[in-house]
Amino acid sequence: MMATPILRIENISKRYGKKSVLQGASLEVNKGDLKILIGPSGAGKSTLLQCINFLVTPDEGRIWLDGQEVHYAHKRDLYAYRQKVGMIFQDFNLFDHLNALENVRIGMVKVRGMGKAEASERAVMELERVGLKDHMQKYPAQLSGGQKQRVSIARALAMDPMVMLLDEPTSALDPELIGEVHAVIRDLGNNGMTMIMATHQIGFASSLASEIVFMEDGRIIERGTPGKIFNDAEHARTREFCSKITELYGER
Amino acid sequence: MAGRPQLMRPSIFCEFCKRMPESLIAIGDALPYLLQGALVTLTVVIGAMALGLILGIPLAVGQVYGHPAFRRAIGLYVWFFRGIPLLAFLFLFYFGLCTALDINLSAFTVAIIVLGLISSAYQSQIFRGAILSLSEGQFRAARALGMSDLKAISFIVLPQALRLSIPAWSNEYSILLKDSAVTYALGVAEIMARAHFVATRTYQQLPLYFTAGVIFLLLTWAGTKGLRILEERVRIPGYTTHGM
Amino acid sequence: MEEWLYIRTEVYPALLKGFWVSLELIIPSALCGLIIGIIVGVLRVYGSRPVMAAANTYVALFRGIPLIVQLFIWYFGLPGIGIYLSPFAASVLGFSLCSGAYHSEYIRGALLSIKRGQMLAAQSLGFNKVQMIFSIILPQAIRRALPGCGNEIVYLIKYSSLAYMITCIELTGQGKILASNSFKYTEIFLMIGVCYLVMTSVAALILGRLEERLRLPGFEHDRI
Repeated sequence: MMATPILRIENISKRYGKKSVLQGASLEVNKGDLKILIGPSGAGKSTLLQCINFLVTPDEGRIWLDGQEVHYAHKRDLYAYRQKVGMIFQDFNLFDHLNALENVRIGMVKVRGMGKAEASERAVMELERVGLKDHMQKYPAQLSGGQKQRVSIARALAMDPMVMLLDEPTSALDPELIGEVHAVIRDLGNNGMTMIMATHQIGFASSLASEIVFMEDGRIIERGTPGKIFNDAEHARTREFCSKITELYGER
Repeated sequence: MAGRPQLMRPSIFCEFCKRMPESLIAIGDALPYLLQGALVTLTVVIGAMALGLILGIPLAVGQVYGHPAFRRAIGLYVWFFRGIPLLAFLFLFYFGLCTALDINLSAFTVAIIVLGLISSAYQSQIFRGAILSLSEGQFRAARALGMSDLKAISFIVLPQALRLSIPAWSNEYSILLKDSAVTYALGVAEIMARAHFVATRTYQQLPLYFTAGVIFLLLTWAGTKGLRILEERVRIPGYTTHGM
Repeated sequence: MEEWLYIRTEVYPALLKGFWVSLELIIPSALCGLIIGIIVGVLRVYGSRPVMAAANTYVALFRGIPLIVQLFIWYFGLPGIGIYLSPFAASVLGFSLCSGAYHSEYIRGALLSIKRGQMLAAQSLGFNKVQMIFSIILPQAIRRALPGCGNEIVYLIKYSSLAYMITCIELTGQGKILASNSFKYTEIFLMIGVCYLVMTSVAALILGRLEERLRLPGFEHDRI
């Protein structure tokens, strides 16, 4: 079955001065896919995710969402596109002056122009979904890292995204807090959310991913099912990286 | 001279004591008049702070996010208004520009405008520092939600930056309060002008200037206290200001 | 042509004269202010309790009362108790005392920011309190206080114009006289403005250089 991919990325490149951080990365994501980006730090995973959302403007490349090409030079198109692509940051980036509820609500009110009451209702629903309904009056500085990341997921979900980009969502968290965030992401996956996630959590990745994408030096080296990548990779570099990271983070 | 020499040269302290009752009466008589001046002073200060705020915010935003040429222009504006004494500006605007351009403005209005322009240069640097102290991720997260730059600045950046600015803002208030005394040079009927007016007629200079000083001290104290209450009220729970 | 003659024969000499008077006001006031600031700053941190209280009161008064009120007290007020000061002396006294109070704030902050380990190390080497303050603490504190104190000197340059209000005819005063005679307020006060801009900019530049020169490798990082 070959449906039109919900997100298509073609030939994305980005240079900073002389240093090339992304060299012609292409990706096709179908509805309900969970693509996991792995690779050593500096491989360009984070830059690729930021380029997909145009938080970093790529030097080259084209992106299609739901069959429509994104004209990111047009501000209006760009803002509309970003609403449909949720972004989760490594360091959460909750708005420090707003409590959990207001953090989730602000996008709906200020960007989508929703009424406050309606938006609040929706925000409470999203916070309930990530298990934080009881904490909705708390400010970011009063939440734990895991709770902050769950609020930021709720904030992205409230915008009804078609795709979610997760940039190492658990790497700034203490080990005992990772589980709660993983549970939320797993739940999203089971409910059919389309996601692209960069992570070092191999165990989690292989249990959930529809495809693993291995990147190095700004290039996509190899891709395949978790079973293939982790047990039977074609490239020596992929095998080397996988064995190293399995050693580091444990099998599952 | 041989008789009672110690009485011939009364000490400064004795002189002071002897004139005490007289001085107290003079202060008492002048107090209502001086307090009316305090109202004028406060109006000038609040007007200037408001003008400085209205101009300072766009200047700060422009200097952080604007086009390089724009940034340089704002830098020049700040340099100009911070590098020249208030007194020179007051004379330049009141006697110079107002006459040359044939605009009829009262000394009171000119005082507010000049103090406000100078304050806008200082306030812009306060806000600029506060904006720069915010983490870049705040802006990025706002854009990721689909906010335009203008929305991100107005709903995410400024609400945080303005909170961080309150301590420096309270300092700016006390500076403006003291500077407002200089507008006496144009004849604005504020505290200082009134103190001087009474002093030259009653020959009670020291007590009257001292009273004026005390009124300024009280106004500073009240203003900074008020701003501290404001700071406490808008404080974000759990958020520690990492020094400003 | 006539304008040019007026500028050369009247404006230029008058402004130059005023400029020198301004410098004569600023330089001693800046030096005295700094010395007062350092002494008061040290007393506010290391002094005995009554000394500390007295120093704090001094600072609160002189920072809280507008400089112009202070100048009026020195010049118009003191004669009331039999002390007569010339406009120049009253100005220098007023500037020094006021800017000393501000300097002491920066010195105090800098002193408080020096880590306790520095003092323990000095004491363990057998330094007495005075030796410790002067050879260990102050050299570090002054570097930290320099940006603030430098700013204060720039302020002093601008506030020196207030001397005109107590009839000490410096740059602003000369300008006012010229302008009242010729009614060329805009031109004259723009020129005056430029003179002050030059003074404040040059001072800021020199102070920046000084800061650069005194910078200790790696030291600036643990500035709070």
